[in-house]
Amino acid sequence: MYTASDLKKNLRIKLDNEPYIITEFNFVKPGKGQALYRCKLKNMITGSQFERTFRSVDTFENADLQEKKMQYLYPEGEKYCFMDNVSYEQVFLTEEQIGDAKNFLIDNIEASILLFEDRPLGISLPNFVDLVVTEAEPWAKGDSVTGNTKPVTLQTGYRILVPTFIDQGEKIRVDTRTGEYLTRVKA
Amino acid sequence: MDPGAEAWILAKKRDALRLRARMIQALRQFFHERNYLEVETPVRIPTPAPEEHIDAPLSGDWFLQTSPELCMKRLVAAGYSRLFQISKCFREAERGELHLPEFTLLEWYRQGSDYRDLMAECEDIILHVAGALEKSEALLFRGRRISLRKPWTRISVQDAFTRHATLSLPEALQTGRFDEIMACEIEPRLGVDRPVFLYDYPVALGALARAKEGDAALAERFELYLGGLELANAFSELTDEAEQRRRFEKARQFRRAAGKRDYPSPEPFLRALPAMPDSAGIALGVDRLAMLLTDAAAIDEVVAFTPEML
Repeated sequence: MYTASDLKKNLRIKLDNEPYIITEFNFVKPGKGQALYRCKLKNMITGSQFERTFRSVDTFENADLQEKKMQYLYPEGEKYCFMDNVSYEQVFLTEEQIGDAKNFLIDNIEASILLFEDRPLGISLPNFVDLVVTEAEPWAKGDSVTGNTKPVTLQTGYRILVPTFIDQGEKIRVDTRTGEYLTRVKA
Repeated sequence: MDPGAEAWILAKKRDALRLRARMIQALRQFFHERNYLEVETPVRIPTPAPEEHIDAPLSGDWFLQTSPELCMKRLVAAGYSRLFQISKCFREAERGELHLPEFTLLEWYRQGSDYRDLMAECEDIILHVAGALEKSEALLFRGRRISLRKPWTRISVQDAFTRHATLSLPEALQTGRFDEIMACEIEPRLGVDRPVFLYDYPVALGALARAKEGDAALAERFELYLGGLELANAFSELTDEAEQRRRFEKARQFRRAAGKRDYPSPEPFLRALPAMPDSAGIALGVDRLAMLLTDAAAIDEVVAFTPEML
């Protein structure tokens, strides 16, 4: 249970049985008046946002969110299927819930799935994922200037800038938080 | 915190802290030139003024002051006619862009004056400080230019509701939404181009203020706003002991009903009140004045240490 004075940015609370994250927070207190807590809230299921002002007497339930390690299985229509390796329970995430993670989803990758009362809300991937380059212009001999880059396509269809010496068929390591190339992975 | 990171944060504050020091020097100079006596009263006290929404931290079985008001008025009652003090004040659970739980307040009292005289004195002080800091007659704050040229705008609480709010003043009071409308709809619009004195509060909202001559429903209280910031709060002081007792008792009842810590009645203050001559008093937020003069986004920028850094 939270009271209004616990409110802060990024806190997750439950309102009307739905999970919300506080995206903006401001403490205000007009001269000699009561303390007010102005929040911008985002519904973690629908993504809809609204503003609300709380008072010191207001209390909140913790949004009871769970993170579970799950394995990515396959896409199904516009959804992505994940499986709990212990219980074999399966959940489906929408393209919107997957977000940028879809650029790094390879078969059987293990991801953390954020759940609210068994409903999936979002995903976080390991920070580093190794992916195969499926399309690349060949390396023009002589172009040895360090720092030069070229765009290539990875096995997930993701387009990324890599150093010019990377060839088709090679494996590279990508930082999933920034979406950027890190290093070549020797087979 | 990593020592390198802390050194960096503190180094970035150097200009603001220098300006703050010069500002405090200029404030003192202003009061000395006008023959105000600088005093120091105890920070740790047996009871604060009972206010509904101001919570004093405990210090042993006493409290840390939320303002130096009670002791300063006892001095006024004893015949000190012009007093000022710059002191640390404490208010529990107040932390935000404009709030620190420990902050610095400038408070001054003038015998034989009312709140209108203090409006004029506020204009003089801010202009004096701006001049001492080689600012022109305007401050740049949050992308707007606040002209300090006298006279500043004076608007009653009633008119501010009519002009800026979605509810009328009586509606806001009836529905218990006065503070919310004030904080969300009115305050952000006050003092954006020039400073504003918001005056004549409903009498229930001026617990230590005298009722307005000719209209007992209003208190002779004003707040000064610059750039949407509440900078100062002033009263024509209430000197009627019986009335002050009634108001304190009402505030204490509110606190008990709301499950807040009760404060003992400040008896020495109440007993001194009948001897207090007509006077006016005001408290001005020193940290917030520094924010206005440095165009700070948050109060954190004008103090060396925030509670989170300790």
